Amino acid sequence: MVTIPKASEHADDIGAPNLIVVKDRTLLKRVLSKSVLGLISLFMLIPILIVLLSWTQPMADIWPHMGEYVLPQVLKNTAILLAMVTVISGSVGTSLAWVTSMYRFPGQRFFSWALMLPLAIPAYVFAFVTVGMVDFSGPLQTSLRELGVTTAIPSVRNVWGAGFILSLAFYPYVYLLARQAFLSQGHRAIEAGQMLGLSRSRVFFRLALPQALPWIIGGLLLASMETLADFGAVSVFNVDTFTTAIYKAWFGFFSLTTAAQLAALLIGVVFIVVIFEQYWQARRGSITAQSSNKRLTSNAAAKWGMTLLCSLVFLLAFLVPFLQLLYWTAMNYRQDFDARYIDFVTNSLLIASMTTVLIAFLAIIIAWIKRQYADKSTKLMTTLANLGYVVPGTVLAVGVFIPIAWLDNQLIAFGITTKQVLSGSVIVMLLALSTRFMTVSFQPIDRQLQRLTVNQEAAAELLSSSPFQRWRQVVLPVLSPGVLTALLMGFVEVMKEMPITLMTRRQGWDTLAVRVFEMTSEGMWARAALPSLLIVLVGLIPVWILLRQSEKHS
Amino acid sequence: MSLQALNDSVAVSQPIKTTLSVAMFSMMLGLVGCNQSQTPEQTAEGEASTTEAATANSDQSVTIYSSRNEQLIKPLLDRYTEETGVEIELVTDKTGPLMARLQAEGDNTPADMLLTVDAGNLWQAGEQGLLQPIASETLNANVPAKYRDPAGNWTGLSLRARTIFYDPNKVDAEELSTYADLADPKWKGKLCLRTSKKVYNQSLVASMIEHLGAERTEEVIRGWVDNLATDVFSDDTSMLEAIAAGQCEVGIANSYYYGRILDENPDFPVEIFWANQDTTGTHVNISGAGVVAAADNPDGALKLMEWLSSDEAQGIYASSDKEYPVKQGVDESEMLRSWGSFKQDDINVQKFGSLQTQAIQMMDKAGYK
Repeated sequence: MVTIPKASEHADDIGAPNLIVVKDRTLLKRVLSKSVLGLISLFMLIPILIVLLSWTQPMADIWPHMGEYVLPQVLKNTAILLAMVTVISGSVGTSLAWVTSMYRFPGQRFFSWALMLPLAIPAYVFAFVTVGMVDFSGPLQTSLRELGVTTAIPSVRNVWGAGFILSLAFYPYVYLLARQAFLSQGHRAIEAGQMLGLSRSRVFFRLALPQALPWIIGGLLLASMETLADFGAVSVFNVDTFTTAIYKAWFGFFSLTTAAQLAALLIGVVFIVVIFEQYWQARRGSITAQSSNKRLTSNAAAKWGMTLLCSLVFLLAFLVPFLQLLYWTAMNYRQDFDARYIDFVTNSLLIASMTTVLIAFLAIIIAWIKRQYADKSTKLMTTLANLGYVVPGTVLAVGVFIPIAWLDNQLIAFGITTKQVLSGSVIVMLLALSTRFMTVSFQPIDRQLQRLTVNQEAAAELLSSSPFQRWRQVVLPVLSPGVLTALLMGFVEVMKEMPITLMTRRQGWDTLAVRVFEMTSEGMWARAALPSLLIVLVGLIPVWILLRQSEKHS
Repeated sequence: MSLQALNDSVAVSQPIKTTLSVAMFSMMLGLVGCNQSQTPEQTAEGEASTTEAATANSDQSVTIYSSRNEQLIKPLLDRYTEETGVEIELVTDKTGPLMARLQAEGDNTPADMLLTVDAGNLWQAGEQGLLQPIASETLNANVPAKYRDPAGNWTGLSLRARTIFYDPNKVDAEELSTYADLADPKWKGKLCLRTSKKVYNQSLVASMIEHLGAERTEEVIRGWVDNLATDVFSDDTSMLEAIAAGQCEVGIANSYYYGRILDENPDFPVEIFWANQDTTGTHVNISGAGVVAAADNPDGALKLMEWLSSDEAQGIYASSDKEYPVKQGVDESEMLRSWGSFKQDDINVQKFGSLQTQAIQMMDKAGYK
């Protein structure tokens, strides 16, 4: 729908349409599709290239120090965090998705959407609230001491505490994608499995889980990239990670070059992982989507067990931090709440919805081209377009800002403009944010496209009259759950985003996240509660839309 | 298999239609919104090119890149605009990104003034050539020399004392003396510290390197680490709360964090102690400002800085965040007076910048996280 009209436009540009015979046409289409992909990924790559270019600079004097005293510890911590997030958010996300999409139990309808909510709570806010509550001076331990309990409770301000909180903060990525997989997977296989007498756990491990694995891995990729790029939450726990080392080089040793060099190493490692994942994915077959409303049955004890599991996660990952935010807001809102908040909310809404739509649109193009031409160069370009998410936010913001400032300076130098016009324009902000969040849209859309089998496509080709009709009637319906997930996750991510928004916004064009920054930058956490709470509440809008859509679905 | 059947076998197309229309609608809203929000500026530009008065006005305006948060600084800037008619544009971000921004914008930067905390940051901005030397009799008169850059690139505008806090139920003020003394084994298991990644601790250690020498300072840091009651804290406020809760007995923090807690809870059971009074004086850092090297309106920036150092501004600036005025003789708030006066360290604050790298490396080696 998108690539094809483009292709015909470009065909005229090339100037020799009369020479094209049918066979060449496919070749032409291929070249054009790849150029479109190339352009998109080149664009997404600009800030990353700025970061990678740091390696053209000599290594600063502090490298030996970093190597000896900083990196060994941070690599160990980063590995522990990644392992914990993979295991905990992977298992929590998958099992929650499985029970809410496959069983009926008390509260199932509520939990199926409520379990998405933790996505809207910024991880550093979650971390701060948790540490504030369970640390020695927090209300929990204080009241225990008042009750006379004197047993030493271990501190949470360490790598284990951080890993646990990050897992709870990031499980929704896995949950959303796994749910998408379970809801659209072939129920017949599962029914057949049951008829053949496979136990429920075998149905899950032998049939459902392998089928849903690409989705789960997609969610885990997002969760681990988010873990790698996180700075706020680990700082609250005072855990030194690779990202902490990047900021130490920059803010402590005043070497932005070293910081960028470290970030480039991080990008390199993730690049290899993602390429590897793509090959693995390509070797798997695709599975037909067959949505069905049938649910598995279970006994009463198991049902209440599911309710308990869902309640526990919902309580820890959403309700507790949410109530704390609510409490702080109630205590402090008078100091800040005024008419400007209308602007903060509308600005946040605008930039989040625009960015979300743009990246979803681009993600569909990329995923579609990747599906059509699954060769090495396509995979490479697709991977490159998806790397922005792993770069620590502030570093990427600088990578985004440098080319913008350069372009502005060129415009001024050539007398086209007299002052900065690009930096501070909403359009540039939109493009800058899309370089960061591309992959958040791409993962769910790309996975969902695998539901479209070659047979379906071939049948559609035979039966439909135009490519447009084929897209509308066959491809888009299959894609729709993926697109919805992409819109939801993208929207919430942009709402929470701080560094790029801070650097590219126009003076006075503030969002809720900017407001959070203003309060937290000098340690006023309780006063940051109001904008944080509004981020959560506005983040509920897409959750609500998604819920309504999935209900219409069933 | 008909198309319809195929359609049924996959999913319903309705959701995607609705979603797309919602998406398109929000996109349209967005574009309309942008146009609207850009309109005032466009008209302003248009007027500026036609009327000279407007041009003169825009020349006068001062653009500040600030890492000090908006709600703290805005009331003061509004006051300045009221008094002088000079419009002020405020751009906030963290110091690192602001400096990267000045670097990237080069000669065309809209910024006239950089406003930030910590002498190390200001020193670094000077080192990178982002600031220009200033010569101002007013600033020289209002700001003691030790709180100004010897090269004239920046000046302090408020003072932030970093000192010792203790639990009066367990510690007698007589037992306290210097920062270095907190490394004494008598404090084993009783000391709480904030992370070494915070620039305030880096500056404190830098000042100790200057006074005690590298070798002795490293010993002190190792002693601190041995004395820790628990993992280091991510911020001063939670460190102070840990003293109040009895997790530890002494700690080091900036005084305004303590002041903020007292505002909310006047009975907060922690006391302040002025460190190093018999020796070098309490460690004092600054928040300050400099004129951007490529400023369009350096005079405007300088005038604003001079105003910020005046009695009137100092009274508000310093007390609104429980900091100390940089100008001597300005009335402190009642709370600050209740903490008593103290001897300030005489070291020039630019040392915090030049010794910062050494200080961080030392803390890394000593295992101070």
